[in-house]
Amino acid sequence: MGELLSFGIMQRALACGVLVGFVAGYFGVFVVQRRMAFLGSGLAHAAFGGIALGILASVPPIYAAIPFTVIVAIAIVWVRERSALAEDTSIGVLFSVSMALGVVFIALKKGFAGDALAYLFGSIVAVSAADVWLALAMAGATIATVPLWGAWAYAAFDRNLARTDRLPAAAHDYALAVAMAVAIVVSIKIVGILLISAFLVLPAAAARMMSRSFRQMTVLSILIGTTTPAVGLYASYVTDLPSGATIILIQAAVFAAALGARRPAA
Amino acid sequence: MNVPAVEAERVSVRFGDHDALRGVSFAVPEGAFVALIGPNGAGKTTLLNVVLGLQRADRGTVRVFGHAPHALSADALGYIPQVKTLDRTFPGRALELVVTGIRRAWPWRVSAAERDAALAAMQRTGAARVADRAIAKLSGGELQRVYLARALVRSPKLLVLDEPGAGMDIAGEAEMHHILEDYRRARGATVLMITHDWEGARAHATHVLLMDRGLAAFGAPAEVAREERLLQVFGYAGHKAATHGGPHDG
Repeated sequence: MGELLSFGIMQRALACGVLVGFVAGYFGVFVVQRRMAFLGSGLAHAAFGGIALGILASVPPIYAAIPFTVIVAIAIVWVRERSALAEDTSIGVLFSVSMALGVVFIALKKGFAGDALAYLFGSIVAVSAADVWLALAMAGATIATVPLWGAWAYAAFDRNLARTDRLPAAAHDYALAVAMAVAIVVSIKIVGILLISAFLVLPAAAARMMSRSFRQMTVLSILIGTTTPAVGLYASYVTDLPSGATIILIQAAVFAAALGARRPAA
Repeated sequence: MNVPAVEAERVSVRFGDHDALRGVSFAVPEGAFVALIGPNGAGKTTLLNVVLGLQRADRGTVRVFGHAPHALSADALGYIPQVKTLDRTFPGRALELVVTGIRRAWPWRVSAAERDAALAAMQRTGAARVADRAIAKLSGGELQRVYLARALVRSPKLLVLDEPGAGMDIAGEAEMHHILEDYRRARGATVLMITHDWEGARAHATHVLLMDRGLAAFGAPAEVAREERLLQVFGYAGHKAATHGGPHDG
């Protein structure tokens, strides 16, 4: 591990992975408990449209992807609020459109657009110092939302009950969707678009099976979220396998262990 | 003159091309115990949602203690949802659920004062013995008692209940009616309850609101529960309405 950390690339990847794991572990408990896993997947695919827009416009793709994905996240919640459509339909429509736009943007780009593939599968060598600062800012913003934990947990338990207590559930939905969008985009370089939704789901799902309270689930999810990128990056270095996929497989192993240790439901 | 606890004037709600409520008007006096009765699809849950501020009326107005429903203080309102809508995968304990009635948020940590207040309310509803049990492991009847404790812990002046008898045995349902009745008399609170139980309504309700998308009748139980009127609404004039609804009932 010491040798590993002597490389600047790995230092940045580790810092970014742990910070992103913290953010995804924290928001993941709400994603899992509110059955929003498809939103994570949808936003990750939507981010491709933003990445492609950045490549087309020759600006750093992440900086184009953040506003693009945030707008899609807001649109998904807005469509669900304003129509009789179920959330998965709203996500399905918007992520298809975003992916289609991404493909068109790439096609419009004159010359080589192979960078897009690095975003699909993730690449730790692509993690820059600016990305680490972005992940740090995201972690700071996540900590700033901690006072909302009780309200979000309450809405995750029963949205209508929370609304009768005059909680602004719709405003919280927008805030959560925007936070997820930013977390997803910031994580893309490490894990890749195709796997990032697992980052939001696996630690929280594993934590759920080991927890008797929502507080315990939150703490365990953050713990799994922050430690598995470190273990996964090391395993990836040793085995020379892709970092994103290795991290996800480590998280899946934790999930499988939690599943195996759980007593069957009566 | 006293302001009615709940007052509806020509309230209509439409979902697509379906009228859930058509021009419903009534005034519930403060301190009344109102049983909201009607067949499935009659608009009972929609009406409760309008009163709770969860659903806007397309036409007409609803006032709760003189306020628009969404402007009513949460402390004035105790709501008991249908237990069948509960997310049983949520990791939490019964006591934490009752504390949401005090804190209006899920507790990270329950303080000693909150625990005492929650336990006192749970004692009152017979739920104290399941205080530390996982919500997922509560029976329907136990859950109703927990929800009732959650509603009572803040001493609301309006209690709104959506089929509280669902999941309870006859004795449990009768006990719940007595708890509600005792609370109403002690605090002068108003109770608005969807039920399919005519016997309970006759025994405890001061008023019956008979729904069939529009208002079929509103008044004293003996006056509303006339056989020809029940036949007209239910096609059946038995003492207990035969059907229990699904998640989107009423």
